[in-house]
Amino acid sequence: MTQYNFAYLDEQTKRMIRRAILKGLAIPGYQVPFASREMPMPYGWGTGGVQVSAAILTPEDRFKVIDQGADDTTNAVSIRTFFERTAGVATTTATSDASVIQTRHRIPEEPLTEKQILVYQVPIPEPLRFLEPRESETRKMHALEEYGLMHVKLYEDISRHGHIATSYAYPVTVEGRFVMDPSPIPKFDNPKLGDMAAIQLFGAGREQRIYALPPYTKVVSLDFDDHPFEASKADHPCGLCGAEESYLDEVIIDDAGGRMFVCSDTDYCERRQAAGHVGKLGGKDAA
Amino acid sequence: MTPLLSVQGITKRYGAHIGCADVSFELFPGEVMGIVGESGSGKSTLLNCLAGHVRPDTGAVIFDTRADGPRDTVTMSEPERRMLGRTDWAFVHQNARDGLRMGVSAGGNVGERLMAVGARHYGDIRDTATDWLERVEVDAARIDDRPTTFSGGMQQRLQIARNLVTGPRLVFMDEPTGGLDVSVQARLLDLLRGLVRDMGLSAIIVTHDLAVVRLLADRLMVMKSGRVVEAGLTDQVLDDPQHAYSQLLVSSVLQV
Repeated sequence: MTQYNFAYLDEQTKRMIRRAILKGLAIPGYQVPFASREMPMPYGWGTGGVQVSAAILTPEDRFKVIDQGADDTTNAVSIRTFFERTAGVATTTATSDASVIQTRHRIPEEPLTEKQILVYQVPIPEPLRFLEPRESETRKMHALEEYGLMHVKLYEDISRHGHIATSYAYPVTVEGRFVMDPSPIPKFDNPKLGDMAAIQLFGAGREQRIYALPPYTKVVSLDFDDHPFEASKADHPCGLCGAEESYLDEVIIDDAGGRMFVCSDTDYCERRQAAGHVGKLGGKDAA
Repeated sequence: MTPLLSVQGITKRYGAHIGCADVSFELFPGEVMGIVGESGSGKSTLLNCLAGHVRPDTGAVIFDTRADGPRDTVTMSEPERRMLGRTDWAFVHQNARDGLRMGVSAGGNVGERLMAVGARHYGDIRDTATDWLERVEVDAARIDDRPTTFSGGMQQRLQIARNLVTGPRLVFMDEPTGGLDVSVQARLLDLLRGLVRDMGLSAIIVTHDLAVVRLLADRLMVMKSGRVVEAGLTDQVLDDPQHAYSQLLVSSVLQV
């Protein structure tokens, strides 16, 4: 595709985005404003993640896209194809082979390495947004480290449900300073955010914000002394590969209440099956 | 004795128009000061200047802080001023909706200031919230209800609980009884009077209701067109007003 510049965006735009990324890495958890471009896909489909990926991709990269852990869903397929056509980079579905992984709503089960970059698609970067609608006020709260309000949200959870019911987009404190929205990943993935070997970049296209976690950053999930943070998942093994430790999706398989739990990370599940692990429903054509 | 709050020559203009002009007074610990005047007389502007919501054009507001003694809150840094705003100061709005988070339960509203100063134990926060709801005569069983389901009087009492939970030393009140019916007003005034006495609070109450200041305030300032026209002990000003406007104000009260 010679009609497009490498990776769709022009060089000046990529330069601007890289500057925002560098600033984000220098101040972990701080939301850096950037001049988000119109992308050839609707807001909410990963325009922020796509711009970050476009800015960091090199011709030698191997690119992987996951949507809710899966490589074969609409969002993942269309973004992967987008970069195959506009950047001509190699793509893969294997986590360990990829050098850049763009993700929506999950962190891969397989631990990432220092040679990898994880790019998150973020719908709403401001963790305080639903408690304080004024942007001027939330910026001030970040600047002055006034984060009491974040605990009000958790308080409300406990008073209503008896436990912290927030199960995704669970707020974290980065390096004891900024409170950050980790994008809508399940709180099961929160412990992986901290001390990760890979660089983590977060892009919010509509909200025009980029933030980042450099490798081996200290990330702590917020909680109360008497209601500590708990990384929860469905209490089942995977139906296909029998994994006990992975995050599971619940899939309805008939109209008589039948359901199965499968790994949301398709690459992880397929590798385990290839290695001979079989779950209760494995081998059968369950879906 | 060091005054808790020393106000020196506060002036605030909105363009050519005067908000309030050259207001000075001192407030001592445990004292309640009333500010009365008609609508547009600058009393709310003055209160907002004192509470740090609006920056006055000239003048100083010197507050006797716990840590460093008297400090000018107009020139102190914003983080310090905001810290005062959620620890030693409290602000009760006329409309409870302005001072409450309507989407958050009553318990969460009371607990917010505690969590803002570092409380991280759910059980303790909840116990304190329950205790405060009882002190302001809100049924503790309603701790998980949102303020939207509360009556106007209950919302106002909840706002007071939310403000007093961190044990402030100075409370700013902007027409705390405005918009409430007379019997609810009486109950609220009774409650406020009890809390002010028990906690040894100092307070500045802005109102146009002379009955409120008669009950609560030790001293009184009468404002007109942005200026203080008369000041003195409450009973003295109300029983023997000297300035023409004060006389008009006192004689305008309807006798039933």
